[in-house]
Amino acid sequence: MDFTTQLLIAAISAGTPLLLATLGGILTERAGIIQLGAEGLMLMGAVTTCIVYIRSGNLILALLSAVAITALLGMVHSFLCVTLRANQTMSGLAMTLFGSGLSAYVGKSISGIPLPGSLPKLDLEILKPVPVLGELFGRLDMLTWFSLLLVLVLHLLIHHTSWGLHLRAVGDNPATADVMGIRVQLIRYCYVTAGAALIGLAGADMVLAYAPTWNEGLTAGRGWIAVGLVIFARWNPLRALFCAYFFGALDSLGFRIQLLGSAVPSYFLKMIPYVVTILVLMYLGYRNRNKPSGTPESLGTPYIREQRF
Amino acid sequence: MTGRSGRWYSLRLEYDSSRTRSPWWTPILSVVLALLLCAVFIAANGMSPLVVYEKMFRGAFGTSYGFTETMVKAIPLLLCGLGIAVAYRISVWNIGAEGQLTVGAMAATAVTIYFPDLTSFWSITLMLVFGTAAGALWGLMTAVPRTHFGVNELITSLMLNYVALLALDYVVFGPWKDPKGFNFPGSPMFTAAQSLPVLGSTRLHIGLVFGLVAVLIYYLMIRFTRWGYELRLIGANPTAARYAGIHIKKHIIIVMLISGGLAGIAGMAEVSGVTHKLMQGISPGYGYTAIIVAWLAKLNPLGLIVTSILFGGLIVGGYSVQTIGLPSSISEMLQGAILFFLIAGDMIHRFRIRRSA
Repeated sequence: MDFTTQLLIAAISAGTPLLLATLGGILTERAGIIQLGAEGLMLMGAVTTCIVYIRSGNLILALLSAVAITALLGMVHSFLCVTLRANQTMSGLAMTLFGSGLSAYVGKSISGIPLPGSLPKLDLEILKPVPVLGELFGRLDMLTWFSLLLVLVLHLLIHHTSWGLHLRAVGDNPATADVMGIRVQLIRYCYVTAGAALIGLAGADMVLAYAPTWNEGLTAGRGWIAVGLVIFARWNPLRALFCAYFFGALDSLGFRIQLLGSAVPSYFLKMIPYVVTILVLMYLGYRNRNKPSGTPESLGTPYIREQRF
Repeated sequence: MTGRSGRWYSLRLEYDSSRTRSPWWTPILSVVLALLLCAVFIAANGMSPLVVYEKMFRGAFGTSYGFTETMVKAIPLLLCGLGIAVAYRISVWNIGAEGQLTVGAMAATAVTIYFPDLTSFWSITLMLVFGTAAGALWGLMTAVPRTHFGVNELITSLMLNYVALLALDYVVFGPWKDPKGFNFPGSPMFTAAQSLPVLGSTRLHIGLVFGLVAVLIYYLMIRFTRWGYELRLIGANPTAARYAGIHIKKHIIIVMLISGGLAGIAGMAEVSGVTHKLMQGISPGYGYTAIIVAWLAKLNPLGLIVTSILFGGLIVGGYSVQTIGLPSSISEMLQGAILFFLIAGDMIHRFRIRRSA
């Protein structure tokens, strides 16, 4: 296998959790609610997967529990932001702090224990002889395929169905949506919860495909990178795919340069994804200074029925 | 139920947006509720919450050693919390205090490494200046993308935390590693001239005075200067402030410089006053805890002092439960829960129960 194929595989494997979390963020923010709790949700998803998988040995059960727990946390976020109209920034921050504390607390007992297995890979015999793709596709696991499918589904959902129209209406102009008979609060609850569950699944993918044991603070800021990726992707699932893999490549490039015996200390290589996040956001900000950025227009403003804006 | 409409279900919740000042009891109530919630998790883990909380309280406030340790932890929380509070005044969400503290500690250590033979006065002064400047610079790196490129400061400041922590790892494992340190990652020990004076035989250092002076200056500036007035105006109504001719971008840069600088001082005080050398894990998440300190204090100067002592106690209490085999992350969990209840409480207060007509 040559370097490019290896890098491509590494980019996809490192990019999949970012992709899932970004898609979760897109769903949440399309409904008009800021999601800054991604880091905490990913950690909760990861720790739940580890605990359930180690205790029960059942992968499906582990994934379902991770989804259920993070969906529950998503409901807490919706309750605070939709029903109580609390500060969405602070609620997300609280989610991150609580998630990292709770995951470290409950994960202490299983810290360092390897998981009993990893995700099943889809080995298609037909694809084997194809030069690059054969190698590539034989190595992709179940969740990667799921995330690819999800990109397509969400793209169609958001841009080509009436549900998507309702979602966009709720995120852009909840007052009008309400007048049209769309149940703003219900829709916000549903998408915030579903988005949180996807971010939880991203955490599960991190431990299952990327780092096979639980360690405190295992996500190392990837939740926050996903928050940035939502902006790069301009709240669009198809763009999210490319952005996530680009960052997956950056993430694994540092590691690979190190393996090749580079003179640059590894600490600087590990800084690359964080520094690039800032630089890309600055570039996008500069380029789009007079253009619409694709932000849902009511992102961050709670909807109050009686109130005119 | 009696009344004009007669039936109980005609009661409804009504949102009253005029009630923006939250009452004094929400911080207290949120602490109590957070303790109750975390008690559930502790009990689920097979421990008695009462035993755990008693252990934490005793560890933090029960002995004179515990109390001075609590105060030692309260110093960086107070300085960082104050910085966050200044930025939050105009809705600038600085969550980068952790990184700003780290670079402050690194810059102070640089002074000890590159100017090892200064007198006590000059080395402390230079460490303070370098630490503040480095923190302020780190703050500026968050402020400029926000003001000139429209980048959300939350993401920038957080990304810079990771960059700062990696830079710290680099220097303590690389160029600044103590050659006599038995291969342990960390800078050489500071000399007495490079260490902040301490109170008697305790570990409580003069950084406490930095913190208290900073709080006093904050109070006076906000209360009595034109600058403070402008900050209050932007905080109350940014649109009106802009029309009044207040340069908001300039203010964002100024508050981020102050915010980062204060965290930088906290970092300098940590290395010079407590650890006496630069090493990994110089901060057990002070920068993140300080966010809650600032919120719980409602940006009030006196409140900042009280909450930073409370949270200093929470950190020390977290350590003391380790003796009974519990992870110290219990205090982080409590902090997150407190923040949840606090923001919920502030909002619930704005709802009124009304009888619908």
